[in-house]
Amino acid sequence: MYTQGLDQAEKKEAGGAGKESAEQLAAFQARIDVEEKIEAKDWMPEAYRRTLIRQISQHAHSEIIGMQPEGNWLTRAPTLKRKAILLAKVQDEAGHGLYLYSAAETLGVSRDRMVADLLSGKAKYSSIFNYPTLTWADIGAIGWLVDGAAIMNQIPLCRCSYGPYARAMVRVCKEESFHQRQGFEIMLTLCRGTDEQKAMAQDALNRFWWPALMMFGPNDSNSTHSAQSMAWKIKRFSNDELRQKFVDITVRQADFLGLRIPDDELSFNEATGHYEFSEIDWQEFFDVIAGNGPCNKERMSKRRKAHEDGAWVREAARAFADKRSAQAA
Amino acid sequence: MSEQVWPLYEVFIRTRGGLSHRHAGSLHAADDQMALDHARDTYTRRSEGVSLWVVRSDRIVASDPAETAAFFEPAADKIYRHPTFYDIPDGVENL
Repeated sequence: MYTQGLDQAEKKEAGGAGKESAEQLAAFQARIDVEEKIEAKDWMPEAYRRTLIRQISQHAHSEIIGMQPEGNWLTRAPTLKRKAILLAKVQDEAGHGLYLYSAAETLGVSRDRMVADLLSGKAKYSSIFNYPTLTWADIGAIGWLVDGAAIMNQIPLCRCSYGPYARAMVRVCKEESFHQRQGFEIMLTLCRGTDEQKAMAQDALNRFWWPALMMFGPNDSNSTHSAQSMAWKIKRFSNDELRQKFVDITVRQADFLGLRIPDDELSFNEATGHYEFSEIDWQEFFDVIAGNGPCNKERMSKRRKAHEDGAWVREAARAFADKRSAQAA
Repeated sequence: MSEQVWPLYEVFIRTRGGLSHRHAGSLHAADDQMALDHARDTYTRRSEGVSLWVVRSDRIVASDPAETAAFFEPAADKIYRHPTFYDIPDGVENL
């Protein structure tokens, strides 16, 4: 799913840049400009490497943490069919995390380092997963809106200049469209149900609409890393462009469902062909990124516990492999 | 972390008979069998393959990207290896 806020907040790191000559940097940019893909062992500027490590690892962390809000409903899905679907979706998220960790590792960062940074709280993940899933309709809203926003972000990443990331994203995007459609179908079923079920769908939309719009990150005017990422073709469209595209298609889908977008200012501008919407509550966004969202602490403590609880399994697998290779020797 | 790191494997998938195996990605596993099992669960959840290869990444010998130009240079000046090098007059058929 879900990159975002990922071009946020890296403290300026010193070092590296001094060793790179103007010729090297120009030659690298020339490769990017003619749409050549950069591969793992190719020469690249330190800042390009660091930007990608940050973005890809945070993207991977988001997939891993993203299993929690949905996992919350696995045992309470309303039918066996819904349970099987949700289980498959959550498993996909784990898979996406693994593709992405592998892509990040090609840049020279170890898996253990990335996991340690997530568990220590040093690394960030998408703010959206710090909101609770209070009703079954939230599972519909997540698939429809959160995965929908994620797809909008991720399709352009399939053409990212870094080959291993681009290839991982192709795989992710193929799987993501099932996620969005199953979410929409949950919403549709609720909206065609009783008044109470429809109200539940509306409530989920009310709570997830703004957090979904925040997934595209800060406004272009406040997005610190955007210009460089665009020049390097890591990013192809700006945060605001993608957000607008998402609003334009999603408003019509909400109309189809008979649901109301929770924004009194929302209106269609005939001249531009786009919907205009209210200013996002950026204070909320930055609070959640800073660790003060509704579920940040719960998500992190659950992740840490899962990692600790798995330690004996990893150890046993290792011991078994050692024993087998000793026997073979 | 004090735990030992599981080695990295590269995963190759044959999507159907008649096609060659193609690199799909990588993963960590404690041993070869686990690498195969993980590769199946990670890379073929939607029937993407009929055959899987996994190989320890540190066993792969690769050419050096920094030496790419020099390494592949011997092929560059042998244009006579391509059929388009040869002029065939109009009227000659099936050639």
